[in-house]
Amino acid sequence: MSKTAGFRRPMVGTQPDYLSPGYGSSRLRSPTRPLVLLLHRESETTGPLFGADLLGPSDSDLTGQHAGEPLGARILVSGRVLDENARPVVGALVELWQANSAGRYAHAGDSHEAPLDPNFTGCGRVLTDERGGYRFTTIRPGEYPWRNHYNAWRPAHIHFSVFGPAFATRLVTQMYFPGDPLLPWDPIFNCVPDEKARARLVAQFDWECTLPGRAMGYRFDIVLRGREATPLQPAAGGRS
Amino acid sequence: MSLLMTTSQTVGPFSRIGLQWLYRDRLFADGTRGVARRVSGRILDGEGRGVDGATIELWQANPQGRYPSPLSSPCANSKLEGFGRIEASADGAFGFHTLKPGALGADQAPHMLVAVFARGLLRHLVTRMYFPDEGANDGDHVLGSLETGRRETLIARCGDDSPDHLLWDIVLQGPAETVFFDC
Ligand SMILES: [Fe+3]
Repeated sequence: MSKTAGFRRPMVGTQPDYLSPGYGSSRLRSPTRPLVLLLHRESETTGPLFGADLLGPSDSDLTGQHAGEPLGARILVSGRVLDENARPVVGALVELWQANSAGRYAHAGDSHEAPLDPNFTGCGRVLTDERGGYRFTTIRPGEYPWRNHYNAWRPAHIHFSVFGPAFATRLVTQMYFPGDPLLPWDPIFNCVPDEKARARLVAQFDWECTLPGRAMGYRFDIVLRGREATPLQPAAGGRS
Repeated sequence: MSLLMTTSQTVGPFSRIGLQWLYRDRLFADGTRGVARRVSGRILDGEGRGVDGATIELWQANPQGRYPSPLSSPCANSKLEGFGRIEASADGAFGFHTLKPGALGADQAPHMLVAVFARGLLRHLVTRMYFPDEGANDGDHVLGSLETGRRETLIARCGDDSPDHLLWDIVLQGPAETVFFDC
């Protein structure tokens, strides 16, 4: 049987607890028993393989999926998917979804009284390249109200889902925008006490990726779990 | 050089928008040989209410007990056999069709890995589903590490209507809480 290295447990402080009292929906959905440690075997160290055959030409351009241009500020979001050993994750499936520029999702369950945009669905997907890089063209999403607490508004954000090399590296997160005044008020963004961990959820304005006269650029790197050291095995010739 | 893992955030209530294009409730192509099983159940919260709008991802070995080995990626052709992604309905109900995984080795019974994503979950939850009437369950290293009463939350039950139909609920909180893993 193949001996595949498992993945490191996330560093303390980087990941939220399931029960987060400020986030109302977590109260009845968080397990009360401690998680059971699962040693990584093949079920955890493998995963489906996503290929270019799954993707369509406009999947990474959310502004080009309809007949007309969507409303709002066009932006480019790019970055790299890396692991904790700073190695690029090649061929990772990155999926993204978001509200339109008015803060409304193209979802039947979104009752926010803001206009839908017939030219914007708000979803996309891409595979990372040889450097772990990805890039989306989209519209800056609007803030939106929610019912978590009195006068609650979510900061502008883009939902990201990343499928790395193994089921154990699965990650779903949200990207925020620098300088958003709502960040200190948001219980989801503030789910971890570590200020630096939160700062890594905030994209950076990226002048070099900004298209003159057309679209501001934002950079958002994503870090997946790194592999544990490979079990000792006879050298296969040469250094690695 | 070392980096720290990105903080997980909830999928929120509208994940269908981004994830629906890859919904697949049949884990293997029609005609693939194996022991067919239909699984249905509900995701329940701490008050026994159905969890709405959850996405569940499934991952398992094929009927020969094998997983695809990662090729040089990015690959041109996807290999999705053994992978499922489904959405729970407004009352938390879900269902999928699969083939029972083959033998996986001395101390591993046939099982599937299950990830649950939903509003209210700042990180996804990971659990496993095992198959009923399976002798290898007794020797499984994961089931064996769990106390009686909790172990049973991971083993599907046979439906009354047909031997192909399995029932398995995911209980996020409470006395019947499903075992979740630090995966
Ligand atoms: Fe959102």
